[in-house]
Amino acid sequence: MIEVKDLNKSFGDAHILKGITTTFHKGKTNLIIGQSGSGKTVFLKCLLGLFNYEKGAIAYDGKVFAKLSDDEKRNMRAQIGMVFQGSALFDSMTIAENIMFPLRMFTKQSKSEMQDRVDFALKRVNLPDAHNKMPSEASGGMQKRVAIARAIVNNPKYLFCDEPNSGLDPRTSIVIDNLIQEITDEFQITTVINSHDMNSVMEIGEKIVFLKDGLKAWEGSNKTIFKTDNKVVTDFVYSSNLFKKVRKMYLEENK
Amino acid sequence: MTYLQNIGAYFLMIREMFRKPTKWSIMKQLILNDINDLIISSLGIIAFISFFVGGVITIQTVLNIDSPLIPKYLVGFATRQSIILEFAPTFISIIMAGKVGSFITSSIGTMRVTEQIDALEVMGINALNYLVFPKAVALMLYPFGIAIGMFLGIIGGMAACYFGGYLSVEDYIFGIQTDFEAFHVIYAFLKAFSFAFVLATIPSFYGFYMKGGALEVGKASTTAFVWTSVVIILLNYILTDILLG
Repeated sequence: MIEVKDLNKSFGDAHILKGITTTFHKGKTNLIIGQSGSGKTVFLKCLLGLFNYEKGAIAYDGKVFAKLSDDEKRNMRAQIGMVFQGSALFDSMTIAENIMFPLRMFTKQSKSEMQDRVDFALKRVNLPDAHNKMPSEASGGMQKRVAIARAIVNNPKYLFCDEPNSGLDPRTSIVIDNLIQEITDEFQITTVINSHDMNSVMEIGEKIVFLKDGLKAWEGSNKTIFKTDNKVVTDFVYSSNLFKKVRKMYLEENK
Repeated sequence: MTYLQNIGAYFLMIREMFRKPTKWSIMKQLILNDINDLIISSLGIIAFISFFVGGVITIQTVLNIDSPLIPKYLVGFATRQSIILEFAPTFISIIMAGKVGSFITSSIGTMRVTEQIDALEVMGINALNYLVFPKAVALMLYPFGIAIGMFLGIIGGMAACYFGGYLSVEDYIFGIQTDFEAFHVIYAFLKAFSFAFVLATIPSFYGFYMKGGALEVGKASTTAFVWTSVVIILLNYILTDILLG
C-alpha cells in the first residue's frame, strides 16, 4: 500500500502538485488519469523518488520514503518495478539479458537460478522464445511485455507503469492491460498506472485518481466513474461520442 | 553564468561517479566492453594517421632544411621530437575527441532520450557510476594507443626516407637516437593520462545531462567535441609549462 499525504511539488514559481492526498491499495490496479499538463508524470516521478517534493509525505507500507537512509532507499528501489512509456529496454542487451539485469544487480542468485527466473518471467508475459532477440527486433507490444517481465522478475512489491498503452494498437493495449491486472492480482503487487487511455480506465481501473491542474479533482473506480456527475471528470472521460453512448447505455441498464 | 554552472555540474558529476559503486562482477564486464569500444576499435585509425603524419613530418622537415650546415640526421631528431612531444599525445587526442568523444556522448545521450538512464535510476543504480566510471577506467589504457602512435609515426618517417629517397635510413635512425631524453616519453604519457580522463568525462557530461530528442543528441555530440578539444589544448599548455617549463 502507498499512502500519499498533502503532496506539494513546484518547479520555480510553477506549483505543479497542490496538496494531493490519496491511497493506492495492494493487489489493485490504481490509475492516475488527467489531461496533459495536469501533473500526472510529476506525481508518478515523486512516487518513484525521482523528484523531491517541498511538502507532504509518501509512505510505502508505512515507511516514509524521504526519511529513509540512502541504503534503505536503495533497498526500497529494489522492490520497485517500472514500465516506462517507451519501454526503456537496454538496447545493447538481448531480451533475456534485459530481464536478468535487476537480478544481476540486486541478488546473489546463481546463473541457473537467474535463468529459471527469466524463463518464468518470459513465459508469464507470453514470450517464451524471445530470449535471444535484441529489443530492436521486437515489436512495440513485445517490447512492452519484455518491460513488464523485467519489472516483475525480482518479485517487486510495487509496480509503476507510465502510459503502458502508448503507441499500441487497441488489441495489443487490451492484452497489456489484462496482463498488468493479472500480474497485480497474482503477486499482490501495489500497481500504479499513469494513463489517459479511456479503455484502460474502464477495463482495469480498480482505483482511479483524476488530476486537474495539480489538484485531485475526483477519486473512484471504473464502476463509480459511470455514475459520477463531477463535470470535470465527465468532460474529460466522456469527451468522445462513443464513450457518451457507452455511459448512457450503462446508466440505463443499471437504473 | 552558464559556463560556471556547467563547470560546477561537471565536478559534481565527477564526485558522483565514484559513489555507490556497481557490483564488481558487472563493472568488470562494462570495463572490458568499453576497452573494446573505446581503445581497441580506435587502434586502426591511430595507426593509420600516425604512420602517414610521421611520413609527412619527415618530408616537410627535409624540404625546409636547405642549409648545407645543418646535418641531415637532424630530420630524424625533429621527427622524433615532434611525434613524441606533441603529435602523438595531443593531436591524436583531438582526433579521438571526435571519434571516441562523439561515440560516448551519442550513446549516453540516446540512453537519456529513450529513458534507459531513468530506468537505471528507478532501480536504485548510480547511473553515473554505471555509465561513466567504466569509460574513465577503460581510457586509462589510452597511453597504450599513444605509444603505438609514437612508434608508427617514427616508422612512417623512416618509410618516407626509404621510399622517397629524402635521406638515408641510416641518417634517420642516427637522428632518432640523438639526444634522447626518457623524460619526454614520460611527459607524453602524463599528458595522455590527463587527456584520457578528459576524453572520458566531458563527452559523458554532455550526453548524461542533455535534454530533448535526436536532434539534441547530435548537438550535444558537437558541443562535447568542441569543449573536449578546448580543454585538451588548454591542459596541454598548462602541463607543458609545469613539466617542461
